[in-house]
Amino acid sequence: MSSSILVGLDGSEASVRAADAGAEAARRHDLKLVLACVVPWSPYAITTAEDNERRSVEKAREVAAAHERVLDPVVDRLSIDGDLPVEGVVRHGHPAETLVRLAREHDAAWITVGRVGQSRVRTLLFGSTPSSLIQLSPVPVLVVP
Amino acid sequence: MSAAPGTVLAASFDEQVDSFFAPVSEFITSIVFFAVPLDFLGEGVELPLIVVWLVVAGFFFTIYLRGFQFRAFTHAIRLIRGHYDDPGNAGEVTHFQALATAVSGTVGLGNIAGVAVAISLGGPGATLWMIIAGLVGMCTKGVECTLGVKYRNVYPDGRVSGGPMYYLSRGLAEKGMGTLGKVLAVLFCIFTLGGAVGGGNMFQANQAFSQAQSVTGGDDGPLGGGAAGAIFGLVLALLVGAVIIGGIRSIARVTDKLVPFMAVFYVIACLTVVFANLSEVPQALWAIVSQAFTPEAGYGGIIGVLIQGFRRAAFSNEAGLGSAAIAHSAVKTDEPATEGHVAVLEPFIDTVVICTMTALAIVITGTYADESSAPGVQTTSAAFETVVSWFPIVLAVAVILFAYSTMLAWSYYGLKAATYLFGESMVVDRTWKSIFCLFVVIGASSALDAVIGFSDSMIFLMALPNILGLYLMAGVVKAELFGYRKRLANGELPTMAERRG
Repeated sequence: MSSSILVGLDGSEASVRAADAGAEAARRHDLKLVLACVVPWSPYAITTAEDNERRSVEKAREVAAAHERVLDPVVDRLSIDGDLPVEGVVRHGHPAETLVRLAREHDAAWITVGRVGQSRVRTLLFGSTPSSLIQLSPVPVLVVP
Repeated sequence: MSAAPGTVLAASFDEQVDSFFAPVSEFITSIVFFAVPLDFLGEGVELPLIVVWLVVAGFFFTIYLRGFQFRAFTHAIRLIRGHYDDPGNAGEVTHFQALATAVSGTVGLGNIAGVAVAISLGGPGATLWMIIAGLVGMCTKGVECTLGVKYRNVYPDGRVSGGPMYYLSRGLAEKGMGTLGKVLAVLFCIFTLGGAVGGGNMFQANQAFSQAQSVTGGDDGPLGGGAAGAIFGLVLALLVGAVIIGGIRSIARVTDKLVPFMAVFYVIACLTVVFANLSEVPQALWAIVSQAFTPEAGYGGIIGVLIQGFRRAAFSNEAGLGSAAIAHSAVKTDEPATEGHVAVLEPFIDTVVICTMTALAIVITGTYADESSAPGVQTTSAAFETVVSWFPIVLAVAVILFAYSTMLAWSYYGLKAATYLFGESMVVDRTWKSIFCLFVVIGASSALDAVIGFSDSMIFLMALPNILGLYLMAGVVKAELFGYRKRLANGELPTMAERRG
């Protein structure tokens, strides 16, 4: 039996709509809402020695920024009524892979993400998180336009 | 046609810089490369003691740690592939990043120009000694990086600093030799500052200019004139300064992506030369092996060839100098031995793979025998030109990128030495970076001999306190590495996949 609904937040309006949709479903099914913000990061990125030295400071700064700008406003707004358990998580990594890992960790019924609507060329070159999620996810994926 | 007054003035500027610099370089070189004459082996055969210092350390640790570097190989690859990384810890410096950072600092002109110098002076046989130096250097590097992580300094704000100055002062203090440790740490820092200015900066600027001048038409091209070296150096100094002083990290981010690409491209280019002359390969390999013992080039016998090989290998992969330990120290791990394992890959990539590629290209095409130009990048460039006419242009781009990334790495090593000596402050930071940029200009203006001599001297001097410290802490390293390997063999260190079951 699943215990939560996972929503991927990236600061876009679509992801806020995804959070609202996730909150509504979580209330209806009596599940916890887990809001996740993934800071794109690769363990195979090439960095300079100075970047490496400051990496842990940078990481802390990125986590704080993700909380302040993306996560906390939505968590605060959705938990204001007090009828929905809401948790905010910030992780570093590949967005789709990290969301899949979080879905497993939080025993999510499904993953909800917003669709930014980027051009075909951009999607072809860089891929998109929803399409990667669809390929990788062991649970259903709900994409909110 | 008479030269414009400005040109004459400018020409004298380059010469003035060189004439000021050459005597300084000669003086330092004569001390550092003090050589014992070995007349019984042949006339003019000399053995520089500093090379013996590096070679003996490599062999000592290889024997003392029972060929650790060869046993570490497989596990090192598993470590950099992230098999032991905890995904929950993602976001800090991985083994791959620490290795890649150190490799981008070492893969540079030593791999292109240094190899050409070694083969031009010592003949094809120098290659074999270079490979052997690379193989024993793997062990030295594993030792210094294990200590680098073990004794690193973590600041309250989460930044990490490490390197020989920290393990010399802390590690030796633990053994009751605190005063000696501090003296060695200070000496190491002074030599690192010199090495950063010399090999990490002037040598790079010099060879970058030499290559840019060569592909733009040599003395008759736009970079052939009087102050061209100084102007080229000034532009390079501005680009280095933009990143290290101005904090424009975007330039560094671009080169960080380009340098690995160019390194792969460089290896492909070498392979192209090799495959284009496939029938010559057995003969070239035979020349490399046979002339390692009976040198044809006549550089004073076997010892001379051996010295050239070892000297260039040490300059290229920096094993025993302690520089890479500074870059490796930022890795996120609770086990210092893990970085010791990963670090052994560095001389392998640098010397055994990339230097051998350059050597094969030079030996197969025979360009090392051309005495019309000074040995250096141009020898390698000529080797490539025999197969693809436009390749020197690509090589010039690679050389400039390699030089640039190496400069950024060494400015950091120098900065760590400066802040260790004078304390963490904005004044120290800015002063060091300004001096560093100034020497980019001097390096591009100065003659190759003076630059190589000075850079070799300073970089090799770093090995004195560092290797002495490594000997004194050999027991600590052995306990660390062997203890880790024992736990690994007993299954006490499962991979993340095994932990998840």
